[in-house]
Amino acid sequence: MEYEFHWNIVFQKMPELLNGAFVTLHVSVLAMLLGIVIAILLAIAKMNNSKPFCYVATVWVEIARNTPALFQIYMAYFGLGAFGIHLSPYVAVLSALVFINAGYLTETFRGGFQSIPSTQYSASKSLGMTSFQVYRYIILPQMLRRIYHPMTNQFVWSILMSSLGILVGMSELSGTTQRLQSLSFRTLEFFIVAAVMYFIITKLVLISSSLLSRRLFKGEI
Amino acid sequence: MNSLFTPLSWDDTGFILTGVWNTVTISVVAILVGTLLGLAVGFMRSESNKFVNIVFGGVLDILRSVPLIIQLILFSTFVGAIGYPLDPFLAGSIVLSLYTMAFMSEVFRSGFESVNQSMQTAARSLGMTYWQTVYYIRLPIGLRAVFPSWLGVSLSVIKDSALVSVIGYMELLRTSDQLISRTQQPLMILIGVGIFYFIISYPLSSYGRYVERKMAI
Repeated sequence: MEYEFHWNIVFQKMPELLNGAFVTLHVSVLAMLLGIVIAILLAIAKMNNSKPFCYVATVWVEIARNTPALFQIYMAYFGLGAFGIHLSPYVAVLSALVFINAGYLTETFRGGFQSIPSTQYSASKSLGMTSFQVYRYIILPQMLRRIYHPMTNQFVWSILMSSLGILVGMSELSGTTQRLQSLSFRTLEFFIVAAVMYFIITKLVLISSSLLSRRLFKGEI
Repeated sequence: MNSLFTPLSWDDTGFILTGVWNTVTISVVAILVGTLLGLAVGFMRSESNKFVNIVFGGVLDILRSVPLIIQLILFSTFVGAIGYPLDPFLAGSIVLSLYTMAFMSEVFRSGFESVNQSMQTAARSLGMTYWQTVYYIRLPIGLRAVFPSWLGVSLSVIKDSALVSVIGYMELLRTSDQLISRTQQPLMILIGVGIFYFIISYPLSSYGRYVERKMAI
């Protein structure tokens, strides 16, 4: 093997890489939060049986689940140009991730909600609870337990998929890595460091999520 | 003077079809190889041998928590740097297959572990050899249970195969990318691409949900 590693340049550029990692985390957290809000609305629309809303939600979910993430990003970045909408790489990646997160989480939420038998609702009502109390004390705690792991997985997925920003020139971790390597030609070094950083980020997310779940559910999960 | 951009024409069909064909080929290769490797690794891990678990657990962890795009770039630069440059199809299939294996092995492991231990003990006490219990008891029962998850992983591989374009493999999304830069008609081309992926994945994912529903009852 005649390749010589030069790690110095990577350490010099560490602040920029860390900044990229911060953007990665930032975009995936934002995509997750917006995705959750939209997914709640879509799940309500899907369960409500009011035709037009249900239809929109179904189309959204099926498109999000059955097309590649890269396609969604291209659509947001190049496709919307046909309508005169020009998004910046950051907004394009963010909106694509929100679109997919919302699509997947809708099914998660709906499944979580439907897994709780409706008899529990009537039982609590007959015990004299108000509707709000039923949701607050009976339904939401059980539902949260069931959707917690799928939600963590979705979050990790959106961290990993934000790396597609490399293809539209976004300055998150992989995009920054790409830019730095094309300036310095040290491809292997930069991408190894990026891989390690992604690994650390996802591990940190998984560890903190399992700690949080232990605290939230007291080990019942 | 000629216009800088040429509109989309029927002559481009062949080019697009190459992309379609390449997407299908690499997905099929990755699913096949990934399933076979995943089956082997999942089986070994379900036997809960400590050494196997530490070695494979680490590797699988890395494969699952580093983005596919980074793995692709790293692998193709790495084989180039040590002096064995591979063509994009080969490099892409290797990385994609390993990535698939990482997910498939977890699917199969949970399948193998879902088979009742007492059933295996019963089979052994009836005089079956170890491999007979594997072949007649664990494989059929375990694999049936995980079919929907297997289908789900396969579908995500078809979708993730779009990323192989970064190392220069001419799959569907890359051909469309090139057509977009030539014709400047992004919307039409991208909608076509979207429809293609949709008509491949939608029937499969609906079938998966149907099987899952049937098995749950």
